[in-house]
Amino acid sequence: MKPRLGVYKFTSCDGCQLALLNQGADLLALLDRVELVHFPEAGPSAPEAAVDLALIEGSISTPEEAERIRGIRARAGHLVALGACATAGGIQALRNATEAGSAWRAALYPQPEFIATAERSLPVSALVPVDLELFGCPVDGRQLMAALNTVLAGGRYRPSGDSVCGECKQAGHACVLVSRGEPCLGPVTRAGCGALCPGQGRGCYGCFGPSAQANLASLKAVFAGLGLSDAEIGRRFAFITAEAFRALEQKHG
Amino acid sequence: MRPLIELPAPARIVERLQETETIFTLRLKLEDAALAAHYRFAPGQFNMLYLPGVGEAPISIAADPRAGLIDHTIRMVGSVTRALAQLPAGAVIGLRGPFGRGWPMPAAEGRDLIIITGGLGCAPSVSAVHAVLAQRARYGRVVLLEGVRHCRDLALKSRFAEWLDHPDLDVQLAVCETNPCADWPWHTGNVLTLMDAMELKPERSLAFLCGPEGMMQAAAEKLVQRGVQAGDIYLSLERNMQCALGLCGHCQLGPHFVCRAGPVFDYATIGPLLGKRGV
Amino acid sequence: MTHALFLPHARLDDLIRQVQSAGYRVIGPKLEAGVIHYAELNVAAELPWGWQAEQTPGRYRLHRSQQTLAFAWAAPAQGLKPWFFAPVEPLWRLRRTPDGFGLEPCLPDAKPIAVLGARACDLAAVARQDRILEHDPHYQARRQDALFIALHCTHPAASCFCTSAGTGPRASRFDLGLTELDTGFVLEVGSPRGGKLIEPLALAGATADQIQAAQTAVAAAAAQQTRRLPAGDLAGRLAACIDHPRWDAVAQRCLACGNCTQACPTCFCHARRETASADGQSAEHSRHWDSCFGELHGHLAGFQVRPQTAQRYRQWLTHKLGNWWAQFGASGCVGCGRCLTWCPAGIDLTEEVAAVLGEAPCGR
Repeated sequence: MKPRLGVYKFTSCDGCQLALLNQGADLLALLDRVELVHFPEAGPSAPEAAVDLALIEGSISTPEEAERIRGIRARAGHLVALGACATAGGIQALRNATEAGSAWRAALYPQPEFIATAERSLPVSALVPVDLELFGCPVDGRQLMAALNTVLAGGRYRPSGDSVCGECKQAGHACVLVSRGEPCLGPVTRAGCGALCPGQGRGCYGCFGPSAQANLASLKAVFAGLGLSDAEIGRRFAFITAEAFRALEQKHG
Repeated sequence: MRPLIELPAPARIVERLQETETIFTLRLKLEDAALAAHYRFAPGQFNMLYLPGVGEAPISIAADPRAGLIDHTIRMVGSVTRALAQLPAGAVIGLRGPFGRGWPMPAAEGRDLIIITGGLGCAPSVSAVHAVLAQRARYGRVVLLEGVRHCRDLALKSRFAEWLDHPDLDVQLAVCETNPCADWPWHTGNVLTLMDAMELKPERSLAFLCGPEGMMQAAAEKLVQRGVQAGDIYLSLERNMQCALGLCGHCQLGPHFVCRAGPVFDYATIGPLLGKRGV
Repeated sequence: MTHALFLPHARLDDLIRQVQSAGYRVIGPKLEAGVIHYAELNVAAELPWGWQAEQTPGRYRLHRSQQTLAFAWAAPAQGLKPWFFAPVEPLWRLRRTPDGFGLEPCLPDAKPIAVLGARACDLAAVARQDRILEHDPHYQARRQDALFIALHCTHPAASCFCTSAGTGPRASRFDLGLTELDTGFVLEVGSPRGGKLIEPLALAGATADQIQAAQTAVAAAAAQQTRRLPAGDLAGRLAACIDHPRWDAVAQRCLACGNCTQACPTCFCHARRETASADGQSAEHSRHWDSCFGELHGHLAGFQVRPQTAQRYRQWLTHKLGNWWAQFGASGCVGCGRCLTWCPAGIDLTEEVAAVLGEAPCGR
């Protein structure tokens, strides 16, 4: 019997689902090995069905989503959180650092009373146990396929906890931080993208979140040495995975 | 690329035994008859087992060297071992090896042999026991002390049952005092406490230790205190091994590549490097 | 330098063509994306004429110079390592069969390379990797027929310390050796293969003045270096210093990003990766550069041998400068200075080892 696969969307931009859809021939080969039970963006919809493998895109951002993710967890074998939203709360988690209350809602929406939003945008792991987290905004398509293929072969996929720098040097890119003084977050950001941004001559902006051994204080000192102000340095880290970097800072005091 | 060294050779699982909830034994046979005919290993060496689509893992060889079959007793801990645990008899996996330096069997001839093991540490020492039993007359007294954290952790039950009854083996089992069990007829307490009552002629004795590093270090120190030469105490170490060829760098312990210079080291050589965090 | 020839700048293309026609791919320094690195080149015009490189801890910048020399800069961004010990190397491909699987070994099938302008430090690094990877079929497939046209260094960077590492600035093992002067190169033949290669060029002998100028320039390059490694038995002294407080101090700055290890021309650690295909019927097993600063380097099931950055930095430095001697009979450091240039935090290996070894011996 083929393993049953479900792909579920929460608060997100659909980019991670697109990363899966963009896999072309590999996706078709994968679909031969699984029974696609739920993936509204691609067709099938059975939100209440039990699955062996659940892929979760998006952060948990509303009370309704909190209920829904618990239900999926209860019906799923292996649960995978996909991308910056599902692993760190995403860009929408910037609101977590603002004052409690809904001042910004009133500024954004003409009738804020219709917006049912939780105070904080949370990663999936904050609500339910997660078997595997794949990082990035969006996830890296090749890494996603490698992870799914490993899981289907009976193995456990373990995403690298190393920094982007290893992939960057292996790809032969010139280090933009050392050779051009670009404030690149690569040295503290988790690998997995293949050093996409440095390969285009721009600094990494940390969309995979912090690497396992990230030394934020040291990189901030390097950025200060490049002439960046404290505010400018703070903004570099307050982006797609802001919550993950913030949590790390709190841990290290 | 040389088969069994750089390239895995297909090996069929001819038998699979569930030892405990998390420990199982795979009995393997190389598919290629020529490779199988030339395959030789020394007690204490290891193989790299390869599961297609998942990867490789270093596993010590627990087989009886006479049998032509290669036994591996495996604990489910990582990606590869968990996936291997799902395989039925008849499945084909890959194998490279044997690698490393095993137990110094020739040095043990004519001496008393003291084997002290902890938990699954017993797996690499099983092949040493088999080697001794195959030529029992060559060795003096043979003592085997095996300690487990919990009674359900005792792997290789059938072999222990056989060895406990063996007239030429002195086998003692211990379970940690923090996990006493009703149906445990043997010693309760740390395996090291079994050493206190052990008869020992230090100048005649050679020791093989296998298990958690802290346990081996403590056992080695006890033996040294009782007069055994550090160079006569051997330990089987565990490190991250990926290539098994002394090239990938992961298994380094000080100047040693554990996969090549070890996994068995004498205590005089390796003792100074143990117990130092992060070396 | 008893017998030397002179290769005018204008005839460098003749040399390149000669090497190409002998069946080599020519690899030489090129300016790309703001750095000089070894890349495939076809004509001498692609060389970084008139450029100089500033290299200090954590900083690399190119500047135009008044001179129009091709090699007036020091170590390229990356050494020769990737050309022989590939960053990612497929080892075998697997295909499932009805009763098991078949493996197809992957071996590189590349044209041999000739390196034009190989620095002494980089050649020393190749010689050290030769010892480690002596029996590695993938390394040897790329390495065995390689040809080296060395460049005796006349323009060290502030980051360089090859003199104290005993590897440069003059290269010691090469097929052809060049020393650059204002109008061309003093050329030495270092192997019969090199001699045969340049025969058809019918070059004139170098004059005594040219030879003297070349020697003076290389000697000046040695004298210019200010960084150095401590002398003596570093293996023994470092082994005694594993509890030195400096390891914790450097970990405050160390990013554990592994750039030093990836830029180091001798670092050889690599990890293995199994990539299954989407149809489940095949897989590729490859290896890729790893780093002792990485998460899985000292990882055992349920146990991390070196959880702290301080321990990882210590492992790197004590291995490179110390344990390497026991393993390979040489230091792992060739003094190219890349680990300090390409460290984003600007950590200087020479400064750290000096601080650890200090004035007094550790322990006792």
